[in-house]
Amino acid sequence: MSDRHLIVLNVNGESHEALVEPRKTLLDVLRHDLGLTGTHVGCEHGVCGACTVLVDGEPVRACLMFAVQAETAEIRTVESLGQDGELSDLQRSFSEHHGLQCGFCTPGFLMLAEGFLAQRPDACREEIREAVSANLCRCTGYQTIVDAIEATATRRCHAAKKEATA
Amino acid sequence: MTPRFDGRNGRWVGASVPRREDPRLLTGRGRFVDDIQLPGMLHAAFVRSTVAHGTITGIDLSATLAVDGVVAAYTASDLDLGDIVALLDRPPEEFSPTAMPILAREKVRFTGEPVALVVARDPYSAEDGVEAAVVDYEPLRAIVSEESAFAEDAPVVHDEAPGNVLVDVSMFDTPGVDAAFEAARAGGGRVVEVVTKSGRQNALPLETRGVVASWDDRDDQLLVQMCTQVPHQVRTAMARSLRVPERTVRVTVPDMGGGFGQKCVVGREEIAVAAAVRRLNRPVKWIEDRREALTAGFLAREQRYRTLAAFDEDGRITALDVDVVCDMGAYSCYPFTAGIEPLMASAEMPSVYQVPEYRVRARAIASNKAPTAPYRGVSRPQYVMAIERVMERAARELGLDPVEIRRRNVITQFPYTGVNAITYDPGTYRESLELAEAAIRDEGWYEIRDRAAADGRHIGIGYCCFSERTGYGSGAFAKRKMAVVPGFDISEIRMDTTGSVVVTSGTMNHGQSHETTLAQIVADRLGLHLDQVKLRQGDTERIAYGWGTFASRSVTIGGSAVSLAAGKLGELLCRIAAHLLETSPDNVRLDGDGGVVQIDDPERRASFEEIADVAYLRSHLLPKDVEPTLTATASFDVPGDGTFSNATHAVVVEADPGTGQIRILRYACVEDCGVVIHPQVVDGQCRGGIAQGIAGALFEEITYAGNGEPSAASFIDYLVPTATEIPDITVTHLETPCSLTENGAKGAGEGGTIGAPAAVLNAINDALRRTGVELDTTPVHPQTVLAALDAEIHQEVSVPS
Ligand code: FES
Ligand code: FES
Repeated sequence: MSDRHLIVLNVNGESHEALVEPRKTLLDVLRHDLGLTGTHVGCEHGVCGACTVLVDGEPVRACLMFAVQAETAEIRTVESLGQDGELSDLQRSFSEHHGLQCGFCTPGFLMLAEGFLAQRPDACREEIREAVSANLCRCTGYQTIVDAIEATATRRCHAAKKEATA
Repeated sequence: MTPRFDGRNGRWVGASVPRREDPRLLTGRGRFVDDIQLPGMLHAAFVRSTVAHGTITGIDLSATLAVDGVVAAYTASDLDLGDIVALLDRPPEEFSPTAMPILAREKVRFTGEPVALVVARDPYSAEDGVEAAVVDYEPLRAIVSEESAFAEDAPVVHDEAPGNVLVDVSMFDTPGVDAAFEAARAGGGRVVEVVTKSGRQNALPLETRGVVASWDDRDDQLLVQMCTQVPHQVRTAMARSLRVPERTVRVTVPDMGGGFGQKCVVGREEIAVAAAVRRLNRPVKWIEDRREALTAGFLAREQRYRTLAAFDEDGRITALDVDVVCDMGAYSCYPFTAGIEPLMASAEMPSVYQVPEYRVRARAIASNKAPTAPYRGVSRPQYVMAIERVMERAARELGLDPVEIRRRNVITQFPYTGVNAITYDPGTYRESLELAEAAIRDEGWYEIRDRAAADGRHIGIGYCCFSERTGYGSGAFAKRKMAVVPGFDISEIRMDTTGSVVVTSGTMNHGQSHETTLAQIVADRLGLHLDQVKLRQGDTERIAYGWGTFASRSVTIGGSAVSLAAGKLGELLCRIAAHLLETSPDNVRLDGDGGVVQIDDPERRASFEEIADVAYLRSHLLPKDVEPTLTATASFDVPGDGTFSNATHAVVVEADPGTGQIRILRYACVEDCGVVIHPQVVDGQCRGGIAQGIAGALFEEITYAGNGEPSAASFIDYLVPTATEIPDITVTHLETPCSLTENGAKGAGEGGTIGAPAAVLNAINDALRRTGVELDTTPVHPQTVLAALDAEIHQEVSVPS
């Protein structure tokens, strides 16, 4: 219990100090020590994906990682999406397609999609569906989540092509 | 036939406007219970029973109290709380009242039942404290099935419920039932018998239950922030259990990550936490973990129907004789009681069909399993599955097409008063059936199916036609003889000096988009921009009483209440405006654009700001008989038997002969929920509901070992479908405006879940038609499908020999 470590976490481009027991998960530190409550807890055993964050660009289950393991990494949470109070294209797309109902799973899906699209910008619908199947949503039936991510991918691809030809 | 509804020009209702709740939920700024942190907050965890049925012989919490960080630990005798008791006004032979203690006393009745409460400085220490607790039990034989509950020498779960029967009701028994069966047997008709069973499921909101409770000296009040669909019922039950005046309890609900019925009953953990707060005088938080949610949360669905049906030679149903047994688990839920499932099933079993003679016996039994709550659809996914299987079986035996037999039996004249003494308001039962079939036919699925069969593949088409009573009024609940009768809803509307309004509702959003849809209704009624309407819910201080959100009641009842309140405020605005414009009140009307206009001189107008300015800041200008306020309150209760939404689902599946897996190739839903307030939201409710219905049909089940140990304690064992198991679903809207509600809307929350199990099961049976096997139990396990397909292979082999 007295065995605590002072760690420094780089989250959303800011560094934060936290005094944590080695057994404390990254999820709990993000939520309770840093107050970043956008990342949610759905199962604490790595299945639901509600806790998905990006660690060095990779979607990771924050409930399966100890905070002390994340010290040298760059962590991104849902709070990093969007800028100056404006929603990001992905967030807007979720709203347009009704990709969220209760919204509890949403931060996890957003971070999953953000990480996935960065690696696979030209993914087709079936590949997106496959990627989305990593997380659980109890409200939507998934179709509109896939729609939202697919539309974002398409829009980003068009924008990238335009930029390339310009 | 009503065409696809695309919204109305110049009105908010009917338009898929951006959801008001989205921005905060998309940015991580939603506030769910576990996001709340209070200064000095402690954390609770529960010591839970490790046996399913037994006597507690000793509880030793000394090691718990020695754990670093543990602040307190309590047993039932430490807290001295009143039990939760849900009652029906029915005679003892029909209903056995039982009590649910907050913490188990003397006896435990299911694995996971809370026995003691540990409070610590952080959640990790609270868990350590739970680990250190020592509880001794003298185990009793566990009741884990209908057979074990009814066995001669069965132990009883509750002394008050002999034979483990909580509810036993026989109803209707119309005079011609037996004669109809005899006629069917004697003549060219048919008597079919189907036994359908559905597994025990978890409604599984992704956000588990949780509470943050604290005491406020200044308000002389316990502030209970928790996720519940029914804040007022929690307040009532909690105040009774704590034995305090109800005004000293305030329940508020932050954002809620789903509920689906699991959170529409009163739980015990939150009350135990509240009691700890009173003793410790510090805020306490409890967040249910997934293991608790799966094993000790409210479960649902485990039901068995034996349905006998008589048909004449033309395939018309002539009588129905049904025996229903619902395994309610260890306790009766508040406020609905263990009668919720069997009583709904027995009242509504004839479904969308014209059934002339009807008899039913419905029982709720107690078992040593986690208790149940009404889960999305309540008993309808089960009784619809029963009657839809009956239709398919009869079609097969009479050599009729499954759609044709439904066509011959479905109700087509409305209002229709059934053999069950319920009057059904107008709907599109037959139209939805025709449209769904046409979709499947036009897309060529019948040819695809038949060609596949020629290639040795197993594709099947299944339908489910059903209606769903939405927005039960107090009349419907009173018919059930509940001691606590839900029904009405109250709304208060208040306009400020800028002409914006805040509307309260006793309903409780947890994903259904009330902040958007109820605001659309109000904006239209008053002629306001949507941004000028703010809905507030989930605070027992803001509204005298409310019944929350369940049974697809929010838009029908809550939506009607907000509409009426807005209407009343509109009248008040008109009265003040007429006075200011120096004309008579019947010479003005709302202008649909934030003001009141003089009818005979449209140049003369008073904006809401101008009226509000007078109402609050220059009240000397008000008419003599008008008080200086711009508020209005209204309540609404659905009259009579309420209103029925309806739908037909059509599904195409393929059974994989290698794995026994069922793949859904096509899913079409044609539904009618009256006037559609927000088409995208209704689509979302349909699809999400269907996904949960598919989950019940193919995947999810909590089984129990003979000793009452639950099989699924994590998502490893409880198979929740993901995006690769749930297909894309088309939703087509029919629109029969409801004359019983203010906005013509009917409920849309549960239909998807109701129709899917039967439709999927029928499709599977169609896919297996060459095997001679018919399945009537959900979930359908791949092994069962494989066994059926194997049987066919053996048949084929045995034919030539
Ligand atoms: S909370 Fe981490 S995967 Fe569920
Ligand atoms: S929107 Fe509720 S769990 Fe996904």
